Amino acid sequence: MLDRPAFPTVSLIVNGTDRTVAADPFASLADTLREGLGLTGTKVGCDAGDCGACTVLMDGAQVCACLVATAQAEGRAITTIEAADPLIDRLRAAFLAAGAAQCGICTPGMIMAAADLLARNPSPTRREIEDGIGGVLCRCTGYIKIIEAIEAVARGANAFAPVAEAGAAVGARIARADGLPKVQGTDRFGADFAPEGALWLRAVRSPHARARFTLGNLAAVKAAHPGLEAILTASDIPGANSFGIFPTIKDQPVLAPGFVRYRGEAILALVGSRAAVEGIADAALPITWEVEPALIGVEAALAAGATPLHANIPDNVLTRGYLETGDVAEGHRLGAATAEGRFRTGFVEHAYIEPEAGYAIRVGDRIEVTACTQAAVMDQEEVARVVGISMAQVRIIPSACGGGFGGKLDVSIQPLIAVAAWLTKKPVRIVYSRTESMASTTKRHPSQIHALMSADAEGRFTAYEMTGDFNTGAYASWGPTVANRVPVHATGPYKVPHVRNATRAVHTNEVPAGAFRGFGVPQAALAGETLIDDLAERLGIDRWAIRRINAIDHGDRTPTGQILHASAGLPQCLDAVKAGYDTLMAEAAAHNAPGGRMARGVGVACMWYGCGNTSMSNPSKMRITLGRDGRLTFLNGAVDIGQGSSTVLLQIAADALGLPTAAFDFVVGDTDRTPDAGKTSASRQTFVSGNAAKLAGMDLRAKILALANAGPQARMSLDGDRLTVEDGEASRVIDLSVLGSEADAIVLAGEGEYDPPTTALDARGQGIPYATYGFAAQVAEVEVDRLLGTVKVTRILAAHDVGRAVNPTLTEGQIHGGIAQGLGLALMEEYLPGRTENLHDYLIPTAGDMPEITIHLVEDTEPEGPFGAKGVGEPALVATAPAILGAIRHAVGVRMTEVPVLPHRLWAAMQGREAAE
Amino acid sequence: MHYFRPTSLADALAIRADHDVTVLAGGTDVYPVRTARRAWGDPAHKDVLDISAVTELRGISEEADHVRLGALTTWSALASAGLPPLFDGYVQAARAVGGVQVQNLGTLAGNIVTASPAGDGIPNLLALDAMVELASRAGTRTLPFAGFATGYRQTALRPDEIVTALILPKLTGARSTFLKLGARAYLVISIAMVAAVVATDAEDRITAVRIAVGACSAVAQRLTALEAALLGQPLGQAAGLVMAGHLAGLAPIDDVRATAAYRLAAAESLVRDALTDLAATAARRAA
Ligand SMILES: Cc1cc2nc3c(=O)[nH]c(=O)nc-3n(C[C@H](O)[C@H](O)[C@H](O)COP(=O)(O)OP(=O)(O)OC[C@H]3O[C@@H](n4cnc5c(N)ncnc54)[C@H](O)[C@@H]3O)c2cc1C
Ligand code: FES
Ligand code: FES
Repeated sequence: MLDRPAFPTVSLIVNGTDRTVAADPFASLADTLREGLGLTGTKVGCDAGDCGACTVLMDGAQVCACLVATAQAEGRAITTIEAADPLIDRLRAAFLAAGAAQCGICTPGMIMAAADLLARNPSPTRREIEDGIGGVLCRCTGYIKIIEAIEAVARGANAFAPVAEAGAAVGARIARADGLPKVQGTDRFGADFAPEGALWLRAVRSPHARARFTLGNLAAVKAAHPGLEAILTASDIPGANSFGIFPTIKDQPVLAPGFVRYRGEAILALVGSRAAVEGIADAALPITWEVEPALIGVEAALAAGATPLHANIPDNVLTRGYLETGDVAEGHRLGAATAEGRFRTGFVEHAYIEPEAGYAIRVGDRIEVTACTQAAVMDQEEVARVVGISMAQVRIIPSACGGGFGGKLDVSIQPLIAVAAWLTKKPVRIVYSRTESMASTTKRHPSQIHALMSADAEGRFTAYEMTGDFNTGAYASWGPTVANRVPVHATGPYKVPHVRNATRAVHTNEVPAGAFRGFGVPQAALAGETLIDDLAERLGIDRWAIRRINAIDHGDRTPTGQILHASAGLPQCLDAVKAGYDTLMAEAAAHNAPGGRMARGVGVACMWYGCGNTSMSNPSKMRITLGRDGRLTFLNGAVDIGQGSSTVLLQIAADALGLPTAAFDFVVGDTDRTPDAGKTSASRQTFVSGNAAKLAGMDLRAKILALANAGPQARMSLDGDRLTVEDGEASRVIDLSVLGSEADAIVLAGEGEYDPPTTALDARGQGIPYATYGFAAQVAEVEVDRLLGTVKVTRILAAHDVGRAVNPTLTEGQIHGGIAQGLGLALMEEYLPGRTENLHDYLIPTAGDMPEITIHLVEDTEPEGPFGAKGVGEPALVATAPAILGAIRHAVGVRMTEVPVLPHRLWAAMQGREAAE
Repeated sequence: MHYFRPTSLADALAIRADHDVTVLAGGTDVYPVRTARRAWGDPAHKDVLDISAVTELRGISEEADHVRLGALTTWSALASAGLPPLFDGYVQAARAVGGVQVQNLGTLAGNIVTASPAGDGIPNLLALDAMVELASRAGTRTLPFAGFATGYRQTALRPDEIVTALILPKLTGARSTFLKLGARAYLVISIAMVAAVVATDAEDRITAVRIAVGACSAVAQRLTALEAALLGQPLGQAAGLVMAGHLAGLAPIDDVRATAAYRLAAAESLVRDALTDLAATAARRAA
């Protein structure tokens, strides 16, 4: 085999310039643009035409660059996001101002698709916009702000995001602090850069769910392929061949040592030239498999005599979660009605558009890993462990992160490339394929829930009882978190005196389930909210009213025994959607009165979500420095995965300090430079890191005021290296350049650290698991085709108590994106290992699937939060799916207990109901 | 791996005859297949015969009694060709394939050679009574489309042949429609689909009708029993004449997208909807 083929050249016109490049004629144009011409603004999310991230214009028409052979671009005009073009400039500005780029990985493709559309049709209808961008997937925004941005350009509106004055940043709709490179296509994601000459790594993965294997003569393989630098196996891992989220459960090998527990587990790492590692067929490697029967599904794993996955867990039950308050049997007795149900959900894929990618480089006795991640310091720990070095020897530099949603909390590529770079002493890069990302990284836990709920004749809930089994797959990942978070939240945001919730996380021979927006709470909410609708029906109470009667409020006690002293805005959320709910109900009744094929329905659901880790210390530290040169630097270790923490934390820090956001430079996430902010998960960054940012700003302010001898009301301004402090009549100018020293260019530094006050939960789940909770009520309107079983979600009203919307544009963006994911969970998303492991068969919502969304931001100030704020990242998703299920039931009278409600499932349920009638 | 990119049909046919190649047109099926194989460590690929530079395979021409679509005609080119109402259904399919990016690349010929049961072009070509023109070094032959699509991802294309064109006969006064059912709005593979062509006389009675259902059998199928039952009937009442038995020849399967039972029921609804649609457009035209 030829490892380094010599390629012919192809000449094309890229963004108006003639370019000639040597490339494999069959390589995709996307690959040639990125690797051959260094134009990495064109992204690759699937390499199969399914995501549109690679959209470019070819002779003015949008195409997927991953489907065009490089040879076919010969002589063609190719326009990419890097182009200088007035229409593209207007789109860039509009996307930035509207908050249409969150993580930004879809943005280049979206902008190119929009440019194609507007060039042909300068004033498109909304439907035409949806058609025009329908081939580009976005997992973050729910498309709403993208469509608004395109509409703004079509209208010729000027796109300006406000610029906040000093002290007025919190609450302002400023543009994302990290937004400009996202709309220019210059933001650097994990696959966008690597040191010159970096080796490539490809993991060879098990096609079997459970098997033993032996390896033959790998030295011979290496000898036959001069482009191969190394073939790594389990025995090559220099440190511990294991990683995992919990310090006590490091159960997942970097490379499987002779035994695999799920399809997609890595067994070998090929390291070498790209041509070499990609050119070797797995079938040509000396691997002998001995396939064993796999445990698929929790029933199989819990069956008597099931072979354990892990020797130390004989019954395959990884963890149990438990909460009990009152006497649940007594609670049911007090009820006038009891509802019962069994519910199932499947694996759900995060489907961030950026597959995992990055590189590692050894620098002396240190290793540096640059990759997309949600948790830099956790990566640092894991890398140190597997390489067998100290944490101080590991530097993690997060690249821009093209979506995470929990899926990039666990390490994936990091241990592999770190080990390879350490051993070969050469830089090593990796880019997961879409299928590799889907087959090998974590999912949302499939669940099986049995629940009972009772209410008295007035509709007051008296008891809630649930047992839930969560399929945690082959390795622990975040399984314990799910098992513990669910019992706390399963009852929903309601006053319920008698509760017993019990969960199990169960190992199976399936892909590990880990963290995914909501940690099990969305699954539990489907059960609880359905039972509430049951009770409303039995007791003849309106579905909104029964929720309002029971809504948890200030001064109420949660099932863990915590009293909500403040910021418990569910009643306000419900009140905010009441008028809309009544209107939609009346409209649905009028629409359905004549009968007919299309049935309209309305559903309502509530949710709550504790911000931060459950009953665990999860501190965050932030630092702001002021240099001799007047540089104000915000050292922020919180990774922005698109949700906007870099912007929100900046707004908080700026107001705490009293300088405008524009005065700041920022450094994000680099473990050598930024203090540990904890991970971007559990909707904790606004609340936890926000407090740390505020304290850091206040600390620096206090130091400056002391230096200027000024009072607390003083106003500051920064002009180059001159800092002016005005206090009433008095004004003082501090010349920063004469302070500090050459050696220490930092003149002043402010630091802030915050750890939310929580207490441990006892054996009955009693305690204070979270310092604060987010609340929401959502109303969904759907139209169901009675004959085809198809569901179109037409409207969503979403009221969210966020404490304080630090940046309403970003908050709305989180809610839109959460609703899109909730809609996907309800109607279309189902990951089936080996069957839906690409974005062709695994369906996420497209631009044409989104409802009209009306948002009500409720700001019930959280005194413990920075400027009253708390989290919104996860809460956005939880209420949507149950509201949609409620609406379907209202429309056609069938109670769906399994998601996704694919057309055939709804149709079968409607048939079943007809048969019963 | 060799990559051939001839500019003439003669050269293309010579390469096709002499080498074992994958024909490459728009690449919208070839590349995803390559990506899927590579994901599980299978990087090998046959030599490639890229026909996209062969000018003889381009172009749409409207003749007195037929329309000729060159093999390289893309979905977008079909949609913007301004063809008569007989081709409305095929155009609707063109707008429902993937997203615009895929419509701009994917070709009509590629769609029929892939011969996926869910190929959106296929029921339309059955309903249009299309012919497929095939060429090899030995010469050219023309097959009725029904004889070309032979099975699940199987066609009558010989290893030395290339599809050169689709020939769609005209039918005076006829129009058509296409309905596709999927689980989301864009980028979606059909769960079931129906293409219907109908012509009526002055009294709105059906004088010719061809209805084909896709994704409900290995190869899309015409509903000949239904067609026979509809002939001579008023179009306005046609939807009411559809009976489950008319779909008895279909053999749908259970897969990740839907169950067989559902597919059959959905196809029946879609057939009625298609006829209702056609009656409505007829009524609109009359008004
Ligand atoms: C994201 C995405 C969504 C899609 N959605 C749909 C959809 O909704 N409905 C649908 O029907 N299809 C869909 N497709 C499939 C696809 O677009 C079509 O089947 C397309 O028409 C194939 O044409 P092509 O030119 O791209 O074929 P290619 O990929 O170039 O070739 C396809 C096959 O045909 C052969 N071939 C091509 N041209 C010739 C010729 N002239 N003579 C002989 N053999 C030839 C090739 O060898 C290959 O086997 C989708 C594809 C993608 C990537
Ligand atoms: S990368 Fe080309 S469509 Fe996804
Ligand atoms: S902003 Fe669209 S995928 Fe993240």
